[in-house]
Amino acid sequence: MADPATSEPTAPERRAVVRDSLGVGIATGLYGVSFGAVSVAAGLSLLQTCVLSLVMFTGASQFAFVGVVAAGGAPLSGALTALMLGTRNTLYGLKLSPLLGFTGWRRTAIAHLVIDESTAMAVTRDSRALARAGFVSTGLAVFVLWNLSTLVGGIAGNLIGDPRDYGLDAAVGGAFLALLWPRLDDPRNRLIAVCAAAVALGVVPVTAAGVPVLVAGGVALLAGALTVKAGDRTRRSGR
Amino acid sequence: MTRGAIWFAILGAGVGCYVLKLAGVSLPARVLDHPLVERVADLIPVALLAALVAVQVFAEGTRLTVDARAAGLAAAVVALLLRAPFLVVVCVAAATAALLRLMLSG
Repeated sequence: MADPATSEPTAPERRAVVRDSLGVGIATGLYGVSFGAVSVAAGLSLLQTCVLSLVMFTGASQFAFVGVVAAGGAPLSGALTALMLGTRNTLYGLKLSPLLGFTGWRRTAIAHLVIDESTAMAVTRDSRALARAGFVSTGLAVFVLWNLSTLVGGIAGNLIGDPRDYGLDAAVGGAFLALLWPRLDDPRNRLIAVCAAAVALGVVPVTAAGVPVLVAGGVALLAGALTVKAGDRTRRSGR
Repeated sequence: MTRGAIWFAILGAGVGCYVLKLAGVSLPARVLDHPLVERVADLIPVALLAALVAVQVFAEGTRLTVDARAAGLAAAVVALLLRAPFLVVVCVAAATAALLRLMLSG
């Protein structure tokens, strides 16, 4: 990679990045309609639904939060699940920060845009200027459209009656699966996914709504701790 | 569920999610060099998303059940195998469950 601070992209390169970013923003934004509808169906008010999209602004956490509330779980369980899912944005930030090179108030502002889509549209670029273009244009496009479509979905959701008639409850399972799918290429991840799903279903009958997903998070911590030790041993013996 | 508790959870989790993002762009990247941090950070979304799929589809309160949502999930799998985009997968899952319910009730 050339020095990311100095290599300047051409105007067509930059336009291509921005065009792709807008495409991602529109597709993701449309999916905000389903979030808005699902959220009001879960019993949240339209204002609460819109505040979630504005302040939390990370789709999987938002769906998880309203999913727990819809199932009658404690809001605290919903909040904890949302936060655990939100930790993946910390990881994205760690990877993005040296690439984007923002500091000071700019860094504080752009942090809100660190989500799946903006990260994906930035990390593949080979210059800082294009990474910034991909990150900022995707992040802003998704932010604007996600919040507008949340509002539209929330209003529509209040009008359409029983969301089950439209399969909205099944849409949430499909959405989580689609988010999980790209990570299932790795055999180790497939094993963790099966274990986590089995453990979560196993504790459904004996715990309050929302708790099974948190227990599954414990599976990840345990598996991570165990496999790191194994990995350390392999690495040491390899030296 | 009181209104206060739900607002507290929404704002707490919302601000918390922003702080998690800010921590990522502010901490030195070498935090990732710690093998446990890297491994757990990779595994947590996998475990949570898998558990969310399972619970969203097969749980009804504290009961396990197989209903139209399972058909929706199966349709989502087919759509993903056909490399359908995200929005299509979500719509296929919803439409399948909705159609099945319509047929079973009519």
